[in-house]
Amino acid sequence: MSSGAQGRPVDLALGRTPLVLGNNDFGTVTDAVCGPIDEGSKTPRAWWIAFLTSAALTGVLGLMIIYLFWTGVGVWGLNVPVGWAFDITNFVFWVGIGHAGTLISAILFLFRQRWRTSINRFAEAMTIFAVICALLFPGIHVGRPWLIWWVFPVPLQQNMWPNFRSPLLWDVFAVSTYFLTSLIFWYIGMIPDLATLRDRATGKIRRVVFGLLSLGWTGSNRGWHRYEVAYLILAAIATPLVISVHSVVSFDFATSQLPGWHTTIFPPYFVAGAIFSGFAMVLFLIAPARQWFGLKDIITMRHLENMCRIMLATGMMVGYAYGLEFFIAWYSGNTYEKFAFFNRALGPYWWAYWTMVSCNVLVPQIFWLKWARTNIWVMMIVSFLINVGMWFERFVIIVTSLSRDFLPSSWGMFWPTWVDLLTLLGSFGLFYTCFLLFIRFLPMVAMAEVKSVMPQARAHGHEPNAPSTGDDRATARAH
Amino acid sequence: MQRTGESRGSTLAGLLVEFESVDTLLHGAERVRDAGYTKWDAYTPFPVHGLDGAMGVSYTKLPLFILACGITGLATGVLMQWWMNAVDYPYLISGKPTWSLPANVPVIFELTVLFTAIGTLVGLLAFNRMPTLNQPIFNSERFRRVTRDRFFIGIEAGDPKFDRQRTGALLQSLGGTAVEELEDSNP
Repeated sequence: MSSGAQGRPVDLALGRTPLVLGNNDFGTVTDAVCGPIDEGSKTPRAWWIAFLTSAALTGVLGLMIIYLFWTGVGVWGLNVPVGWAFDITNFVFWVGIGHAGTLISAILFLFRQRWRTSINRFAEAMTIFAVICALLFPGIHVGRPWLIWWVFPVPLQQNMWPNFRSPLLWDVFAVSTYFLTSLIFWYIGMIPDLATLRDRATGKIRRVVFGLLSLGWTGSNRGWHRYEVAYLILAAIATPLVISVHSVVSFDFATSQLPGWHTTIFPPYFVAGAIFSGFAMVLFLIAPARQWFGLKDIITMRHLENMCRIMLATGMMVGYAYGLEFFIAWYSGNTYEKFAFFNRALGPYWWAYWTMVSCNVLVPQIFWLKWARTNIWVMMIVSFLINVGMWFERFVIIVTSLSRDFLPSSWGMFWPTWVDLLTLLGSFGLFYTCFLLFIRFLPMVAMAEVKSVMPQARAHGHEPNAPSTGDDRATARAH
Repeated sequence: MQRTGESRGSTLAGLLVEFESVDTLLHGAERVRDAGYTKWDAYTPFPVHGLDGAMGVSYTKLPLFILACGITGLATGVLMQWWMNAVDYPYLISGKPTWSLPANVPVIFELTVLFTAIGTLVGLLAFNRMPTLNQPIFNSERFRRVTRDRFFIGIEAGDPKFDRQRTGALLQSLGGTAVEELEDSNP
């Protein structure tokens, strides 16, 4: 490693900015990631403040759910015609947040984007907690939540099976498959790092807990060989999966006949929006976490800058979709379709629409400036606003379309109740509580993967010899 | 439990050599491979590229197992939906045929992915013989650095070519930092 022409460090073998900065070796990287979660490590005060706040909000969520179950869905602001509002908005929002995690762990892996190694564990964890929050809402929004198990193909006493041609049932399969696959991907990726924690542990409890979780991982090369194959296969199936999940979510709307929902652009538009909001959430979480836990050499400014670029790109895709929706509404010549979009921008929910456009299309344009892409505070504010905008996007799609459909006599307005608002706030509490526990107790950077992209991991001047004995086939493949 | 005098003490489970760099590890692995050992492995903190060739490890059969799981998921998706919606309880909706594949594609796809993912987890653990929490190699205090920054080669005593003196001499000559005898505490 040496300095480049502009004084930036350069990895000589690759001719690029190194992925890990500073004078780090395998040992110091391990210490940097494990140090903050080892026995006797000091919990940052900011962590406690954040944790107690989010735990309190999780409690609020619990109370709101009890109240909902006790009294019924009338405690929400739902009515006829607006039968879906905050519940499904929150569901779509949280599923979307999860998508960046899978994009970073699977799609960037297939594209050999080595910078992902510092942030993939973190993003995958975010996926899992976001999908937990997402799964909550369809579960509680049904009028009789004790019958939610009817969505699963299990024998019922009335001898009926679920209707598999309903997009709502596709959702059940898509989101639960997404949750389980993400969990498996996350866990398999974490086994070597759990073994690191096992081997560092000094206390009996940690040795036993991490010993059990790491399943006797030794780091043997035959083990690594199969591990890498398994990881590649998981990445290869998670890639179409993540695209299918938000497409299926969009089918809930697109297969209906409601103006504003019945559009073919929805699947790609939803997927782009999901990646956009997910990256905003990763950035919003990772910027303080790297500060609290001293990981600035591993999660570098280059990582943050790359994420800003992706947000700029996906933000413009979303903006393109907004524009195209209006074009098609006009070009279709369909009165109802035209009215639905006119009503979105200039009807009673105009403020929601313009919040969405400003936050999702205008605000990210600041990332054209390098100054903005490398300033932590700008990034934090922009990613916060993007998440506000993306929440409003789902609200706009769902509520404006339902509130004014074909017949003016059946129009109606939706206004949230205090239960709606506190349930939304509480879901953030649940998400952050899970997340804060994760960064306090588990390695938030994939250490083994980071080590494998460090310059020391490559053989220097090593010429492989052909084996005099052994399997020629294997040798040919490996060389 | 009363132990006999013979099985008290510990038996030799294998020999372990420690390396500090990837280069010495790769050279060492080639030498052990060329000496004709079969029951041995290299242990590293991260996947080292080129080590499969240096060890002469052949490609795993794991993908075939995973493929079989994926096909099982696909078949489950097709048969389950066909039997439930077209045979056992036919749903008549908008006069559409009770069995029409396009509307069943999402669930078929999701089940294929789900079975593949579960198959990958189960297959990986089974092929790697995990969980095996108690292994002789964990008796080495030095080996705890394998998940940090050290590289090892271990040859099992069960290898047909294993000989305490000759294997020890080979490992000594590999340029490692230390050679250690692994004891099997629970024979």
